[in-house]
Amino acid sequence: MLSATKSPLLLNASGCLDALATPDIARSLDGFVTKTITPEPREGNPPVRIAETDAGMLNSIGLANPGRERFLAETLPRLRGLEQPIWVSVGGFTAAEYAETCAALDGCDGVAAVELNLSCPNVDEAPEGAAEIVAACRAVTSLPLYAKLSPVWDLAEVARAVEAAGADGLSLVNTMRGLALDPETLRPRLATGGGGYSGPALKPIALAAVYACAGAVELPIVGMGGVRSGLDVLELIAAGATTVALGTILFSDPGAGARVRSELASQVAERDITSLSDLHRAAHSSLQMAGSSSDNRR
Amino acid sequence: MRRERLRVTASEPVGPYTLLRVGRGALDAGLPGQFFMLEAPGRLLPRPMSLCLGTSSELAFLIDPIGPGTRALCSLGRGDELHVLGPLGNGFDLDVARPLLVGGGIGVAPLPYLSAALGTPPALLGFRSERHAEAAALVPNAEVCIEPTYVTELLPEEPNDVLACGPEAMLVALRALVPDAQLAWEAPMACGYGACHGCAVELGGELRRLCLEGPVLRRRARRELVAVSN
Repeated sequence: MLSATKSPLLLNASGCLDALATPDIARSLDGFVTKTITPEPREGNPPVRIAETDAGMLNSIGLANPGRERFLAETLPRLRGLEQPIWVSVGGFTAAEYAETCAALDGCDGVAAVELNLSCPNVDEAPEGAAEIVAACRAVTSLPLYAKLSPVWDLAEVARAVEAAGADGLSLVNTMRGLALDPETLRPRLATGGGGYSGPALKPIALAAVYACAGAVELPIVGMGGVRSGLDVLELIAAGATTVALGTILFSDPGAGARVRSELASQVAERDITSLSDLHRAAHSSLQMAGSSSDNRR
Repeated sequence: MRRERLRVTASEPVGPYTLLRVGRGALDAGLPGQFFMLEAPGRLLPRPMSLCLGTSSELAFLIDPIGPGTRALCSLGRGDELHVLGPLGNGFDLDVARPLLVGGGIGVAPLPYLSAALGTPPALLGFRSERHAEAAALVPNAEVCIEPTYVTELLPEEPNDVLACGPEAMLVALRALVPDAQLAWEAPMACGYGACHGCAVELGGELRRLCLEGPVLRRRARRELVAVSN
């Protein structure tokens, strides 16, 4: 609906969808993002891997994936069968590892884009500088490259750096590291201690990240973090997102894709606009809507 | 995979547990041992619950109020509505010659539906207190023990086809005594349908998703039941 760009409207957040286990969800979106692929297979972190908190959830899945070779040989052909644009989430621990996977994906049928997972909170090894990884991948693929960034960084600065390094877009934001304790034992509820914090608590942080980056770079932005409703999607678009990804909401509501679309259509109908694109970057407009600037009563 | 908004028809105390009855809508009741994801009002994630009783018009779940989600479910009243997704996972293999049901604590939850499907076979149930043991009334033809006596002490010399659900310690003990037992395990789940990889358990030396591989597992490998590791 954002006709000014060719970006899809709705995706899933990487890590939140096993498209082969739930093809209906993948088909309810405009494309889907795979779980992160690393060069070598990863079993993931030991259980317990998830914990609900009052305003979100923690996960420490740990990039469980079959590794690049098996992904290319076995998973990708099956994903193609879903006949949806495939965004492959790529992970690694050095710029060379990211680049090797990007080179292997270059020219693969069905792969619409690569999302570079530069910020998984569940692996101990920190990736090298985001811009260095983007530059290494840019050199070996013509696929659109989206850099997925952590909300804990100085995002405007990182956004400019990855844009200069050749990124075609940004994915904002990854989860933040959080910790939950068992109320009786006062020990961490996850086996790894902390984990990635997602869900409604992340939404204002995602909005701030999208808003800051949309003010700093011209790149298309996939906005994500705590999206539950059509209005949440609209807010991210107003902050500067061109695409919005659903994450944690899919766990409780596998039909969220269709529901959110319907809510968005209602939002467009209720407002005096002809399409969603009319509200793209609306939050950056200097025009203030009457009564909206300091209304604390909502 | 079907999700519907169902209406609570009754909420009945059973000892410290609550039997939550909901109108069935168009949901399939599934096989005994399969589970449903129940929306926990006010909470972010639904909770996995195996079916306790199923009729043509009703589904019932036995719930132990041990945390904010299960407490929210137990506080639902007649007329309240909640989203229910299911049935999910792999249930018990009902092709058994001499079934013996074994349950411990809230693990008795799937046994009433299982018992009905198998023609009320004998059952051994263990509980931590007399009050918890009130749930035994839901399972016909049951012998009941209270801690410090454990169900494993009541097992016959040569138990044939054991189908069990209970705390992990009980399942581990049963697995040692009856290697071919069908055991229903539990793990925290965010989605229940294979997307989140949150419910990983070790099976045959690998981490696998309990929601897709189980929750009912047995050692002897079958196409639908993955071997349990030592």
